[in-house]
Amino acid sequence: MPIEKFSTLVSKCVPLPIENVDTDQIIPARFLKATTREGFGANLFRDWRYDKTGKPKEDFVLNSKRYSGHILVAGKNFGSGSSREHAAWAIKDYGFKVVVSSFFADIFKNNALNNGLLTVQVSDLFLEKMFVRTESDPSTEVKVDLENQKISLLPGGPEDIFEISQYKKKCLINGYDDIDYLLSLKNKIIEWEKNTLS
Amino acid sequence: MSKQTIFDKIWARHVVHDVPEGPSVLYIDRHFIHEVTSPQAFGGLKKRGAFVFRPEKTIATADHNVPTVDQHLTIQEELSRVQVEKLKQNCHENNITLYGLNHPFNGIVHVIGPELGITQPGMTIVCGDSHTSTHGAFGSIAFGIGTSEVEMVLSSQCLMQTKPKRMRINIDGRLGKGVLSKDIILYIISKISTGGATGYFVEYAGSAIRNLSMEARMTICNMSIEMGARGGLIAPDDVTFDYMRGREFSPRDDQWERMLEYWKTLPSDPDAEFDKELFFKAEEIEPMITYGTNPGMGTGITGRIPLIEEVDPSSRASYKKSMDYMDFSPGDPLTGKKVDYVFVGSCTNGRIEDLRDFADFVKGRKKSADVEVWIVPGSRQVEKQADEEGIKQVLEDAGFEIRQPGCSACLAMNEDKIPEGKYAVSTSNRNFEGRQGPGARTMLASPLTAAAAAITGKVTDPRTLL
Ligand code: SF4
Repeated sequence: MPIEKFSTLVSKCVPLPIENVDTDQIIPARFLKATTREGFGANLFRDWRYDKTGKPKEDFVLNSKRYSGHILVAGKNFGSGSSREHAAWAIKDYGFKVVVSSFFADIFKNNALNNGLLTVQVSDLFLEKMFVRTESDPSTEVKVDLENQKISLLPGGPEDIFEISQYKKKCLINGYDDIDYLLSLKNKIIEWEKNTLS
Repeated sequence: MSKQTIFDKIWARHVVHDVPEGPSVLYIDRHFIHEVTSPQAFGGLKKRGAFVFRPEKTIATADHNVPTVDQHLTIQEELSRVQVEKLKQNCHENNITLYGLNHPFNGIVHVIGPELGITQPGMTIVCGDSHTSTHGAFGSIAFGIGTSEVEMVLSSQCLMQTKPKRMRINIDGRLGKGVLSKDIILYIISKISTGGATGYFVEYAGSAIRNLSMEARMTICNMSIEMGARGGLIAPDDVTFDYMRGREFSPRDDQWERMLEYWKTLPSDPDAEFDKELFFKAEEIEPMITYGTNPGMGTGITGRIPLIEEVDPSSRASYKKSMDYMDFSPGDPLTGKKVDYVFVGSCTNGRIEDLRDFADFVKGRKKSADVEVWIVPGSRQVEKQADEEGIKQVLEDAGFEIRQPGCSACLAMNEDKIPEGKYAVSTSNRNFEGRQGPGARTMLASPLTAAAAAITGKVTDPRTLL
């Protein structure tokens, strides 16, 4: 089944300058009871976003009128903790297409990429610049160019280069999914089983 | 080939195919599933018109979202019930063995795999749960995966994986009295931080590790993910083999002998190379406790919470947020802090040895009237053994009761939630904001430190009461 294709995105961004944002914050466990992938965006960052009575907390960035856009910019070590893919689903479902941080937890990164949510790992310095710039000018646009693995603040930079596995890059640009690929290898897998497991 | 680490050996044996400029296709020997992270994978499979390729290699349990009282009754909460029933239906339709609620083998996925002998050295093991690293204690490559990856394994018994870097963490020397393996791992994480091993697969080695029991080793490997590692493992040795012999699904007779030969070839070669190597001394480890909102924010129990000046400048904003959440002041000592709840359980410390440690400590003492204590065995078998060994009696005499098995307050998906603002000393693995319930404040510690808190109602150095 194809995933959403990604090539270039120009968008404003939503800054979340907090480190070690774990997947329990992104989507608390009590909201994991659904058996489908849809609708998790409503509870994205639930306990930071709403108070006990369900009223939006004004000081949380998703509730701020200053910020909008398809790019979430977060402090280092984003997505640590639980392997719940619901975290990636929630971010995507909310409307983000890219998450920028200076460091991502492994499982989160895999989960995000498997859902066509691009993780862009930038340097600490560049991340800092993004926070400073968006703080002073929330209308700042950011360009994410997957083909050239480049992220830039518009207009006029600065820019940073990001790493991504060439295989994953191809998948995202073409909208391929790993499962289709694995299914196409079935004969090879059966052959391997015969040679190795017996 | 010499110069290989145990990780290299197991990895190489399981590569089906290398994608040019890409990941490897890795064959998976054992796949565990549970009710929370599997339904969407089965859903995806159906949509694709694909089927479960090797159903006999997947084992299911219901653990994350089950009540820990009255398990013989229908689950009260509707969404939870639907999720557990969905698992049952998916397993049934796809010929997957399910150890559901009330089955004698039911329990937390990372507790039942080892105790049933399903987990074996040299295997690749995955589950849609980050603490799958627990199984690494047997000398296997075991790691947590997301739901899309669960679907990959169901459909092809394979995963696309980029080979991580290799790290070895050596802990040599003798542990002090009252110091458990939970303290070792909390100590390591406090030293290298929650991102300190991201991108690595860790091997734990050294005399302090060799001297640990199998269950204590599982506690260490379990928390590998809390320092960001893909997984953690310990080379198999006689302790491993003694633990495994005669278990339900352990190999028998000739096959046991054959497997034993293979398992003995697994340990890292003496001249194997690691991308990174760390060394710690067991003597320097105290009983540990966390004070913040990630597992790296921990200290020896006689220590104090760091001052703001002692925190890296770039991390100070997050540190302050964490202190606000916990309502702790930088510089405060940990001992003497009030405790409202104690949680003993989870795949980190919900095994029989953990209950034994707790029971030995509280024997002849009385539970503090100010503390609510939840003792949740990791599995039905642990529950049964606790009864047979008289642990249950000891606990009851001291004023405690044992609940029924499940993940419980480790992730607070069921009714077992620590109330807002309350302090819990917990033997589980995560102290994130709201992990144990919205607004709950968690301090992670060993079963002994939990026992000391349960008796005194305060954070207490267990060594002062031994
Ligand atoms: S006990 Fe906690 S960490 Fe372990 S499997 Fe259950 S939820 Fe995950």
